[in-house]
Order: sequence, then C-alpha cells, then structure tokens
Amino acid sequence: MFHVKHFDVVVIGGGHAGAEAAAAAVRVGARTALISMRKDRIGVMSCNPAIGGLGKGHLVREVDALDGIMGLAADAAGIQFRLLNRRKGPAVQGPRTQADRKLYRQAIQALLARQLGLEIIEGEVVDLIDGPNGSVSGVELLDGTRLSAAAVVLTAGTFLNGIIHVGDQHRSGGREGDVASVRLAHRLAGLGLKRGRLKTGTPPRLDGKTIAWEGLDVQPGDDEPVMLSFLSKAPQARQVSCGITHTNERTHDIVRANLGRSAMYGGHIDGVGPRYCPSIEDKVVRFADKTGHQIFLEPEGLDDDTVYPNGISTSLPADVQHDYVRSIKGLENVTILQAGYAIEYDFFDPSALRPTLESTVMGLYFAGQINGTTGYEEAAAQGLVAGANAAAAALGRVPVLFSRTDSYIGVMLDDLISRGVTEPYRMFTSRAEYRLHLRADNADQRMTGLGLAAGLVGSSRAKTYNDKMARIGAANAVLGARTCSPQELQSVGIGVSRDGATRSLLQVLAFADTEWAQIDQLAPEMVSFDDETKAQVWRDALYAQYLHREKADADTLRRNELQRIPAELDFTNLPGLSNELASKLQRRRPSNLAEAERIEGMTPAALLLVLAHCRKANAARAVGQ
Amino acid sequence: MGDTIFALASARGKAGVAVMRVSGPQAHGALARLCAVPAARQAALRQLVWQGQVLDEALVLVFDEGASFTGEASVELQVHGSLGVIKALTQALAAIGLRPAEAGEFTRRALENGRLDLAQVEGLADLIDAETEAQRRQALRVLSGAVGKRAEGWRKDLIRAGALVEATIDFADEDVPVDVTPEVLGLIDGLLTDLRREIAGTSVAERVRDGFEVAILGAPNAGKSTLLNALAGREAAITSEIAGTTRDVIEVRMDLDGLAVTLLDTAGLRETADRVEQIGVTRALERAGAADLRVFLLDHPTETLLMSPRAGDIVVQGKADLHPGPDAVSGRTGQGLDQLMARISAVLVGKAASVGVMTRERHRLAMIRAVEAMESARHQVQGTDGAAELVALDLRRAARALDVLVGRVDTEDLLDEIFASFCIGK
Repeated sequence: MFHVKHFDVVVIGGGHAGAEAAAAAVRVGARTALISMRKDRIGVMSCNPAIGGLGKGHLVREVDALDGIMGLAADAAGIQFRLLNRRKGPAVQGPRTQADRKLYRQAIQALLARQLGLEIIEGEVVDLIDGPNGSVSGVELLDGTRLSAAAVVLTAGTFLNGIIHVGDQHRSGGREGDVASVRLAHRLAGLGLKRGRLKTGTPPRLDGKTIAWEGLDVQPGDDEPVMLSFLSKAPQARQVSCGITHTNERTHDIVRANLGRSAMYGGHIDGVGPRYCPSIEDKVVRFADKTGHQIFLEPEGLDDDTVYPNGISTSLPADVQHDYVRSIKGLENVTILQAGYAIEYDFFDPSALRPTLESTVMGLYFAGQINGTTGYEEAAAQGLVAGANAAAAALGRVPVLFSRTDSYIGVMLDDLISRGVTEPYRMFTSRAEYRLHLRADNADQRMTGLGLAAGLVGSSRAKTYNDKMARIGAANAVLGARTCSPQELQSVGIGVSRDGATRSLLQVLAFADTEWAQIDQLAPEMVSFDDETKAQVWRDALYAQYLHREKADADTLRRNELQRIPAELDFTNLPGLSNELASKLQRRRPSNLAEAERIEGMTPAALLLVLAHCRKANAARAVGQ
Repeated sequence: MGDTIFALASARGKAGVAVMRVSGPQAHGALARLCAVPAARQAALRQLVWQGQVLDEALVLVFDEGASFTGEASVELQVHGSLGVIKALTQALAAIGLRPAEAGEFTRRALENGRLDLAQVEGLADLIDAETEAQRRQALRVLSGAVGKRAEGWRKDLIRAGALVEATIDFADEDVPVDVTPEVLGLIDGLLTDLRREIAGTSVAERVRDGFEVAILGAPNAGKSTLLNALAGREAAITSEIAGTTRDVIEVRMDLDGLAVTLLDTAGLRETADRVEQIGVTRALERAGAADLRVFLLDHPTETLLMSPRAGDIVVQGKADLHPGPDAVSGRTGQGLDQLMARISAVLVGKAASVGVMTRERHRLAMIRAVEAMESARHQVQGTDGAAELVALDLRRAARALDVLVGRVDTEDLLDEIFASFCIGK
C-alpha cells in the first residue's frame, strides 16, 4: 500500500542526536516525524550510563540553554551527581551525572511526547526519496510507507552496517539487542559521499548482587549536587554511590595471553583506532608498566542490579572476559550478564558538511556518531543543530549558525568541518581557544539569546532566563557603581595596597580571598540578592580581567567568520592561486574566510586573494551582475 | 581592528633611505611620542627622539583616516637606511605599543577599506608568500644556526608543558598524575632561561660578529687547503700531497669587504671505506649544508660532485696551473683569487641585505611576548590551586607568540602528547 504522509522534517533514528533533532525541529515550528526501528528504545544509552563531564558537560549545558532535552532528562534520571574539577576554577568545571538507564529513557520519551507537532513512527527506513536537482525529498519505510519532507535528518548512530564483535565471533547488529540498518546503509553508500568505518567498544555488564562491595573504595556523589539543566533545582531520584576497584597484574597477564583472540587485535575489524585507549587490551599493551588500571563500578539503575564497570571495554571472547574480570578485586565471584563487545559501523566524512550540518545532498542533514563523533552529548548537540537548521530550511528561515568564539557546539562543528575525522571525535575543554569565555556556568548567557532569535527557546525557559538576566544585571550595576578606596576595603578585611586607587566592587570580587560577607558590608543592597545570582556574578567577575586576552583573538576570528564566501565562487579560476590550494578550496568549499584559513597549507597571500575576489563578487552582485 | 601596525615599506638592504609605514588608530599618537606631528600630507623634517636619544633625522608624512594607503590613520617615516637606525626605530615603536605587521596585513587593511583593487592584490600575492617563508628560514639561520635547533626544542617543551596542564584539566576523572607542577615549572624555567638569553642578544651579536660561513668543497687533494691558505694569507690548514689529510673541518676567520667571513676547509669529499675518513666526509657534508655559501673546487673539469650546488653557490676549476681556463683558480700561483674573492663577496653582501633587521626584530619581539606570557604562567602555577586554566591560557599565548619561530602548536599536538603519555580511555 502506498501511503504518503507529508512533513516538514523527518528524523531518522531515535538516539541522542535524533531525539534532540526532532525536539528542536518542532520547537522551531516544523511538522516533524521521528522514525525509530523500535519506539521503546528511544532514549536508550548504549554504553556508559552517564551524562556530562569535561567538555561534554559544557555541550549539555549549551543544548539545555537552547531549550534542548538532554539536561532535563539527565537531572530527572541522575542518581549520582559530581561536579568535575570542583576545586579548580569555574572555567574548567564540568557537571556530570550517573543516570538510571530506565529513568533516562522514560524521561526522554516523556519530553518528546510533550512536543506538539511531533509524530513518532515505528519503522525501518530503507530508502531515500529523490527530489529535484539531486536533493532528497523524503524517506521510504520497509512496509512501503512513504514520508515526504523538505528536509531529512539522518542520525543512525552505530547502526549503519553495524557489526558486533565478540572475540572472533561477529554478527550484524546496531547495538546489543538491536538489528543493524543495512538497506539504508546501502542506499547511503550510493550517494557518493566519502565513507569510512569506525569502531567503539563497551565493557561487560555485571550482576551487582555478585560483587563484593565491602572491600572496595566508594565514590559518593557531591553533597551539593550541581544540575545539568539551568531549569532544575535538585535531583529527583534517590542518590547512590559508585564503587572503585583496579585491574592487577593477573588481569593483565590474562588479557595479554589472549590478545590474538581479541577482535580489536585479531585483525577482524577494519575500523580506525584512536590515539587514546578505548579498551583494556589497548591499556595493557600501550601502558605495560602500569600495574593497575582504575575501574568505576557504576550502578545502572535504582531497581536494577546491573553494574557497568567503567574502564574495561573489550572485544575479547566471552570466556576470556569471564577469566580476566574474575581476577579483579571485588569481582572474584561476579556473574557477567552481558559480554563486552566492539561495534564497527559506517561513518561519513564530516568535512563535506556545511555549518548547518547539511550534506552535499541538498535537504539531507547528518548528525551524531555517523559524523565520526563519540559520546551522547556530542551527538545531542549535533542533533539540535541539524534539527534546527532542517526546520529553518523547510520553513524558509535563516540558518542557525554557531561560532567557535561563542560555544563548544561551534568548536565541534568547526573542528569536524575543517579537519574531518581520523579517530572518533570527543570534546575536551582544551579544544576551545576561548575556554575562559566558554564556561558551563554561562552557557545560558552565551546561547539562550541566540536560541530565542532562532525560535528554539520556549516561553517557559525564556521567562526563567530573562528573570535571571535581570537579577544578574541589577547585581552587576550595584557592584559596578560602588567604588571603594583602599582604606574602605581594608576596613572590612580585604587586603589591598594603599596605592590610592579606587576600585569597583566588581574588581574587588575577583580578588582571591574576597568573601561575600565583606562585600555585603560595603554594599548592603547586596543582601537582597539570592545566593545563585551572587555566585554567577562572582564567576563572571573572576575572569573579566583575563577575557580581554582571549577577546582580541576572538574578535579577529569573528571578523573572518563574518566574511562570507559566495557559494558559487570558482576557486579554480582565481589567478595567482596555486593549483594545490585552489583544488583544496574547491573541494572544501569554505563558507567564510575563517573556514578557509583553517585549510591545511593556507597562506596569508592566498587568503588575501580569496578576500579580494569575494569583494569583487559582492560588488558585482550589488550592481546587479 | 583595534591595533596599530608598522613595517618597513621600502626594499630591504643597504640603501640611502628606508621607509617605515605605520597604520592604525594609534599611528598619529605614536608619532607624537617621537616628534611634533606635522599637518597631513605635508612632508616635514623632524628629529625623532625616544627616551632622550635622537634616533634619526627623518622626513615625516602624516595621512588622515580615509586618505591613506590602508584607509586608516597612517604615518610614513623616511629615515636613513642604516640597519642600526631601523633597529632602533623598530624597538621604539614596539615599546610605544605598536605591533609589527603580519605578512600581508597592510594589504589586507587596504583591501578591506576598499583602497586596493583585485589586480593590485594579485600582483602582491606571490611577493607575500615568498617573504613569509624565506624570511622565516633566513632569519632563523642568521639569528644563529643553533637557535634554529633550540627553537625545535622550545616547541617540544611548550607542547609538553601545555599537555601536562591540559591533562590535569580534561582528564581529572581518569588516572593522570594530580600534581604536574614540578615538571611544568621545570619546563617553564628552562624556556625562560633560553629565551632571556636570546633576547639579551648574545647570539644575535655573535652571529653578526662571526658573520657568514663559506665552505670550500672538493675531492681530496683538489687544492682546497692551498686555496684557503692563499685566501686567508697564512698557513692555517695542513697542506700535504696525500689525499685525505684534512680530517676535521678547519675554520679561518677573515674580513672580506667589511663582512666577517669564516672559511671552512672540509675533508675531501669522496666515497671511502676508511671509517675515520668517512666520518670526516660526513661532517664535511653537514657543515657545508649549514653554511651560507659553498665554493666547489673542481679537481678536473668533468668531475661529478658528491653534493649538489645550490642556487648562488660557486663552482670553480682548481689547480689553474695544471688545468688552465678563464675562471680557474690556483692557490699556488694566485691566479683567479681576486675574482673568486669578489664573487664570494657579492653573494654574501646580497645575503646580508636580504636578511632584514625587521625580521630579526620581529623574532626578538616574539620572544619578548613569549617571556611575558611564560612569566605570567609561572606566577599562576605557583599561585592558589585552581589556576590551571590560567596557566593553560598563558602557555597558549607563549606558543602563539613563538609560532614565528617554532611553527604552529595546535590542540592536536597537545592531545598527541597527552595520549602518548597517559593511559586515557574508558
């Protein structure tokens, strides 16, 4: 039966990227369909049951600031919250939470169900429908259903030609318990996009009832949990602690003796391996001198005895896993509920993507693991970008763009598009040049305004945000206006040199040992402000003096980003440009000067030529060609 | 555009006049620190005075915003073309707070303000490219051969220090050492010592004092030592009839047309089974490769050379008494020596001119900025806990300041170092 349904945006895949993409598209105002092979698996965490961290936590906050759903779901499902780098400065603090798998899945599904205008369809996408000019105009399902759409967002995760490896056994699968997507993978292969294979591993799952917890170290959550979402006040679920153990020499000997039987070392996988150590096999081989590797024993749920041993991902055969796991302290009698495995899957070179995540096939957007990233948070951020832009394109609005000067989302997009991927891309704070500006605590200040302009932010969050900004603005005004002499400061115990210079209280806040009690004495109005406002004002003041160092660079970069390169500019016909650079530019098609600058081998002279030609092209266009 | 830039606008090298161009919001203000500012577009003679010293008497031209090469407020200073004047003026402008222009920056500003058209830019493009790379290589070598090597070491230390700090930030929840302070401090201190020494100018001065190196190459017994002795006017090398005498590289310093030149007499270049001689040959090739100029002395006209001459190198037929010819030289009879000296001098004078004081100064200023950044990093490292991100920022600023010497240091370089050193991964 040929049943055609019409949508503005269709999202293929209900993982972390797909869920955010669908939610974002709906918020922008598009009639959206989310297609998943199994409705009940939407929001499943395939691997580590945790959200956030360093770099990743920043991405979650940004997605949340744009009214995304990951932060809210994490807070609803979080059973152990830890703010990483708590003792270091705010710029490098990353909120993280261990989540109850089931609660997280339910939270995501509930949040999606709340979105009016979103239809969730259970089915397998097996084909894309061609549109005019080589574009995509919809999808076809296994049962023959056809869905037409102005834009299609692909978020297939690890499912495309997914192959699960355990030792020397392998079988097709998108992840444990799910079938792979083969027909769609075949269709995509025919699009002529640059494609590769990546692999990722996961550890065995353990029965917590069979773990000897008494002898092990404990890692509790923070006494004062920091939430992932700006809208959350406190954890909702019961809080638990994690256990800590270590591998030992006997563990390592077992692993070493069986390396040849590991799918990752036995030559069974063609996918690329990363610089870091994704598996216990890597750790044991590359860092042979280490006598023990740390393992975090993470409970997967409040009413679930399954434990996730973070740190021993593997693709060794099941019997070897049994042996080496049982050699570990506390796990001598453990039962393995599910063997660890490696999964390899198709991914597509992201350097061919536009900053909106639209591919070279018009109307087709790529987001998540298929772009070569790893991590739920990286996927969610891309999903939001792709979904927002797919909706914007479908509705004839301007694209939603991100800059690396303002967000980790921008850093990630720029990295993927400028450099492509040779190993699974994971976010770290060190990737950001403007780390002092791109903090987790000010993600809303950086992003919510952009979200409002793009139609991504709903009224509830807008109100919360505006109220917060008003409070912060008022506090800053009070502190900025109040200037103090050195004597005044010393009278409340703030040590400054008697140099006669007056300082505003905002400057004084940035001093290392200033306490709010002292500030309140000098500016009594401050007592009327709540603790959270004061904390944020303090964080902003702390870095103000350093930001100018980053700002000069950021301004130059932004200037280059604003210099757009016309899409039809033919680089091969620019005289004065070397053949090598011309072909690189032609292939990459940078959309602005900053992107062009990052192409390998780019010289100042070549950039000047490109800039000159842009001006000429713009002048011609202004005159009317 | 916030900052004000400056650069030499005239051709490099010994000339009567050098033109320094300044462009940006502080251009007129900077000029006011050196002399009384004349009215726009009226050339005026001024004494440029900085910190009580007269730098030079110059012809000064002031251009207003909207009516200059770049479209920004600009100043042109026509000073005497001596290296000393240019260097002093550069230092004064930097001290005032101006920045040496990047390659193509004036052109870029002119372009953005609509003052240049496409054809003009196309013509300039090649020139900018040639300038950047050649300048960098040449300046590194003139600073001192050793500096180039040290710059490579600086790069490694910067990456290591940066990687250590970033590891404690990004992988706090994995098994990385908590306290990397001792190693980071050690690296910073080492870098500071090296850079401060360079800035103090000892090696720059050394190179200017020692001048250029000219290697004399040729087959064994081609007459190299005889030639060197004749050029230097004394029996510096051991000359003998047996091939393979000069096992080590002999150096002779001399003055050639006002330039300090070191002549290198190398071991005879030939394929040999003798291990000691082999070492000599290898050393000869290395030294010759690093020299500013190579003079190939042919034993006979159809000889094949063990090393290829580079552009500018001189190839002459030796033993003119046995193999007469128009360009042949003979250390023994003195034939052709004057012409050879003149040729060597011409090449070296050309090189001295092309190096450019600006480039050396740019490097010196880069090192000064790097020292400032690293002193700040050091201060942060020893400060209260929680300054890791500030240390990281300062280390990045230092790396960026030095990238003209050490090349670009990227996040990927830091990640390479982190993953190679620490077991990261879940």
